[in-house]
Amino acid sequence: MTEASAVVRWRERMPLRVERTLEPSLTVRILVPIVSIILALLTGAILILVSGENPIAVYRAMARGAFGDRYGVAETLVKAIPLLLTGLGVAIAFRMQLWNIGAEGQLYLGAIFATGTALFLFPDWPAVPLITAMILAGLIGGAVWGLIPGVLRAWTGANETIVSLMLNYVAILFSEYLVHGPWKNPQGFGFPGTEQFPEAAWLPRYGTYRVHLGLVFGLVAAVVLWVILRRTRWGYELAVTGENPRAARYAGMRTRRNIILVMALSGALAGLAGMSEVAGVGHQLQRNLSPGYGYTAIIVAWLGRLHPAGIVLVSFLLAALLVGGDQLQMGMGLPAAVAPMLQGTILFFLLGGEVLTRWRLARR
Amino acid sequence: MTQAEQPLAVELRGITKRFAGVVANDDVTFEARFGEVHALVGENGAGKSTLMSILAGLYRPDAGTIRVAGEVVTFRSPRDSIARGIGMVYQHFMLVEPFTVAENMLLGKEGQGTWLETAAIEREIDELGRRYGLAVDPRARIWQLSVGEQQRVEILRLLERGARILILDEPTAVLTPQESAGLIRTLRELAADGFSIIFISHKLDEVLAVADRVTVMRRGRVVASVEAAATTKHDLARLMVGRELASFVEHEGEAPREGTGPSPTTSAPVLELSGVGAMGDRGVPALTDVNLQVREGEILGIAGVAGNGQRELEQVVTGLRPVTTGTVRIAGRDVTNCSPAEISAAGVAHIPEDRLADGLIPSMDLTGNAILREYRRPPIARGPFLISQAIASFADRLLRDYDVKAPNRHVKVRTLSGGNQQKLLIGRELTGSPRLIVAVHPTRGVDVGATETIHAILRAQRARGAATLLISEDLDEILALSDRVAVLFGGRIVGDLPAAAATPDRLGLLMAGVTTQEAGAAVHD
Repeated sequence: MTEASAVVRWRERMPLRVERTLEPSLTVRILVPIVSIILALLTGAILILVSGENPIAVYRAMARGAFGDRYGVAETLVKAIPLLLTGLGVAIAFRMQLWNIGAEGQLYLGAIFATGTALFLFPDWPAVPLITAMILAGLIGGAVWGLIPGVLRAWTGANETIVSLMLNYVAILFSEYLVHGPWKNPQGFGFPGTEQFPEAAWLPRYGTYRVHLGLVFGLVAAVVLWVILRRTRWGYELAVTGENPRAARYAGMRTRRNIILVMALSGALAGLAGMSEVAGVGHQLQRNLSPGYGYTAIIVAWLGRLHPAGIVLVSFLLAALLVGGDQLQMGMGLPAAVAPMLQGTILFFLLGGEVLTRWRLARR
Repeated sequence: MTQAEQPLAVELRGITKRFAGVVANDDVTFEARFGEVHALVGENGAGKSTLMSILAGLYRPDAGTIRVAGEVVTFRSPRDSIARGIGMVYQHFMLVEPFTVAENMLLGKEGQGTWLETAAIEREIDELGRRYGLAVDPRARIWQLSVGEQQRVEILRLLERGARILILDEPTAVLTPQESAGLIRTLRELAADGFSIIFISHKLDEVLAVADRVTVMRRGRVVASVEAAATTKHDLARLMVGRELASFVEHEGEAPREGTGPSPTTSAPVLELSGVGAMGDRGVPALTDVNLQVREGEILGIAGVAGNGQRELEQVVTGLRPVTTGTVRIAGRDVTNCSPAEISAAGVAHIPEDRLADGLIPSMDLTGNAILREYRRPPIARGPFLISQAIASFADRLLRDYDVKAPNRHVKVRTLSGGNQQKLLIGRELTGSPRLIVAVHPTRGVDVGATETIHAILRAQRARGAATLLISEDLDEILALSDRVAVLFGGRIVGDLPAAAATPDRLGLLMAGVTTQEAGAAVHD
């Protein structure tokens, strides 16, 4: 027996292989996420049992935390806002095959610009003009941070993934510098953070809950994005460039310009997320403004299939997962690691199911 | 035949294969012997490629048996098929472009040690290349090679793996007449050495030149299997399409020009290149001092062996490649180094060499592909917005006018046959009555019926007054359509002949770099 045929026979004994499926049917697309979540909950139950808790009680607490009362729902919505905005931002870049993973940094820049506007540029303005100015500042801040990798990619071919990722650290550290240094609140008892914004700069909230106007920003952005992608010449150019860049060149589309514009828009949406966090939730720029929303945004965008409606849905689901996990830690006194462990399990199964709708295991 | 006593190289019995309800192969029986070249012919969608993909281990049949060299076999993957000595050269080559020839040969090769044995493989490439007329530089990188050379690498790779049964899927579709002739010699030599060669093709002239036997498929079934010596082109064409084809009759000795439209010698030049030079992808001059004129109502054919500047010429005229010297004028206006969008707006249609890579978006539906030129203009666009109803009616009209066969306008272009893809592309490019048509291999990989349609469309455009720059490696096509023929060799125009003077022999000499003086013929122009 030659070595080659031995390898062949070994491969023959492998019972399964991965194949690309044709277009998944509608039933499959609906069923797979549901089955994925059930499997994730079952697997999570084993993990909970191993750590000595009752899985049903834990799940009930998570669900109650996220949806059980108006407070829970409101908290879920609060967390959904930045996920929605950053998710939309990265999705439009992904549509053009631009791997912007810098939403986190762009969010921070938006927050920094908005903070500067509220505290130093126009602190005496009334609410409507001030909030408008802060929205613009947030959009511009994020756009600038998105433009850097965009321009470098368009004119020098520099890899936007790496540039945008590295700029995250720059943005986060720059914000740390500001809150520890020049922008630090002198009356802050040593806490790293700026002064509180004037009340005119606070985004209106719904009743006594923390849900704020940022929710409207997110939903409006989703609609606008849908219109751009489906109904405009520019959206068509983005789709063509994403699907076949050579055809875009052939058709005379200005790819460089589009790369720059898309990266700016992508960053602007993340910047708006940063603005709405400081103006709607914290009312100041503080350390750890974002627990990684800009990274979770990548998952949001993919699970939402880069479609605005899908992204709206997924951002709420992932927010519920975050809020439910927090409740677990606070309400049941479970170890801090349990919540992220469950979150990870659910994401693992959702993404796995997603892969299996496009690929299948086949018997050899 | 004495070969009949030897076991058959390949014996397929009762092969059936369905794809999502479509029967691609219906109870097919096919045999090929060792020592013969066996041609498999049929229109696009007749099931040739499916049948051969089954033999290559890419698909598993739903029913039927496969025998190789007399033994019943089951292929679970291409690897099993390779292990049985079967190798296939696909239309789209399976080579790693940034790697060298030798590195590609080593890819996936079994039984290697830690170090790549590059020197040994390079020697082997040279040896096999000399023996079978497949010379190629083992150290060249794939992207630097012409399509014909890449194909040689594919064949060498199969030989090096010990394949005894070679399947070639439309191998000459990408070759020049000279390269095709070389390939045919190579295949005959391989057959004489006892290899079994299965040759899939549309081109009946070549089939009759190379094959010992011919099997004809139509709509998933084998309709005939005959000795090549006992058949004619006309019979084969009738078997393939199931109807008589006018073009095959006309073709024999027909004057290419029908005498309609403005007279090309007196009409205004639409495309003028003077002293044009351009660099190739490897940074060496690919075009030098090219002077050309194409007039209204004229088709100028560009003949030449692949890699002599055809691609660069196409790109220079359509704005996809910068010009380093000279000027390009369209309808008298200097468009040297204008953008593709400006050149398109000047009334230039472009049927590119590789339709799926450049001219279409395979993953988009027909509407998305139909509006690639028109999406900036009303009625498709109103301001920044696209108008859905206008898009739908535009796409439907295109599909109807150009006879694009598709279930509806929402299917992806990828799912159409080559002929229908090309008709969609041509229809789109001809919308708005362009002044100049740059057509590169317009019928490559397209079946006989669609080829006929496309040629008729190009003739109708000439009658309308359009100027056409036809770049093709299919000499028959050039001779059938052109009013004048220019030959590219080494990036220069080495001949510019009226159609009447452009005989295949004379063009062949020019394409090989023998100048008109040396060929003992009068220089035109």
